[in-house]
Amino acid sequence: MMSESEKDRFHILLMGAIDGELSENEMREFERIRDERPEYEKEFEQYKKLKEVTTRMRPKSPPVEVWDTYWMMVYNKIERGIGWLLFTIGSVILLTYGGFKLVESVISNPHLLWIVKAGILLLMGGLSVLLVSVIRERMFTYKRDPYKEIMR
Amino acid sequence: MAAADSISSANLSRQAFDFKEEKETIIKCQNGDKQAFGILVKKYMQRAYYIALGFIGSHENALDLSQEAFVKAFRAIKRFDVDKRFFTWYYQILRNLCFNFLRDRAKHARPFSEFDDHEINRIHEDSAASDDVEREEIVSAVQKALSELKIKDREIIVLKDFQDLSYKEIAEVLDCPIGTVMSRLYYARAALKTKLERMLYDE
Repeated sequence: MMSESEKDRFHILLMGAIDGELSENEMREFERIRDERPEYEKEFEQYKKLKEVTTRMRPKSPPVEVWDTYWMMVYNKIERGIGWLLFTIGSVILLTYGGFKLVESVISNPHLLWIVKAGILLLMGGLSVLLVSVIRERMFTYKRDPYKEIMR
Repeated sequence: MAAADSISSANLSRQAFDFKEEKETIIKCQNGDKQAFGILVKKYMQRAYYIALGFIGSHENALDLSQEAFVKAFRAIKRFDVDKRFFTWYYQILRNLCFNFLRDRAKHARPFSEFDDHEINRIHEDSAASDDVEREEIVSAVQKALSELKIKDREIIVLKDFQDLSYKEIAEVLDCPIGTVMSRLYYARAALKTKLERMLYDE
């Protein structure tokens, strides 16, 4: 009767044997176990057959154009990423400036009622607080997330 | 034996040359040279695509994820240690993307059982018609069984049997000892065998 550790050893050698990755010494050890334990012959044959089937299941090649355009598509994606970043920074600058100008014109407009001025100022203030809060929360989560490098 | 030695030393020196050349290319990438990154992409795109296809099972998603992984690699290339192999590092990015894709969007991932003729070769094209039916059944059973395996079990089978990587190469990309590769392979194949037996006997 084989012990669990002997069985584990046999299974590891079995994998190496069907994949053709055993050294000469390991091959001798494997052959010795097979001679001593004919009951494992069936298992060996089954795994050999399984290996034959999975090895022959090759994915078909995609059309050649895929490889011709592959790098161009990666390049476009890289460029697009930089494009989005610049677009976002530009938008933030313009929106901030626009907001500032809006507040300035509201305050200096003598024809607007004070209640409308107050409403617009509160609205702008609220939006700014919400924006800063969301950005701060995102940064806080990113910095302290212990799983950020771990696959989800 | 002497011939084998000379082949293996020729392989080693070619690998050393490749590694040196790759290192220089990566340094150029780190200095912002996008065209240099193109050399790396062209070198590894096929391997990347087929690995992703092995995980995901659909052409479009495999293409998209393998490209996305290259984009992520380019963005993080400055942090890459040039003394290591690029593909080993890239593989981690690709693997995480594929695993996340399978987990987060399970509904959109096509299982192996939906592989069609564009994506997988039927076993043997030179066989007799009567054998074809039986083989067809085995192939579809294997595809189904593969799709039902745990992701990590599928991964090791994809790397060994679909990608034909050596144990040393698998150990390198998975960052584990060769013994672990062998034992993971055994458990993955054992799980596949059990599922197959169940499917074939149930029918």
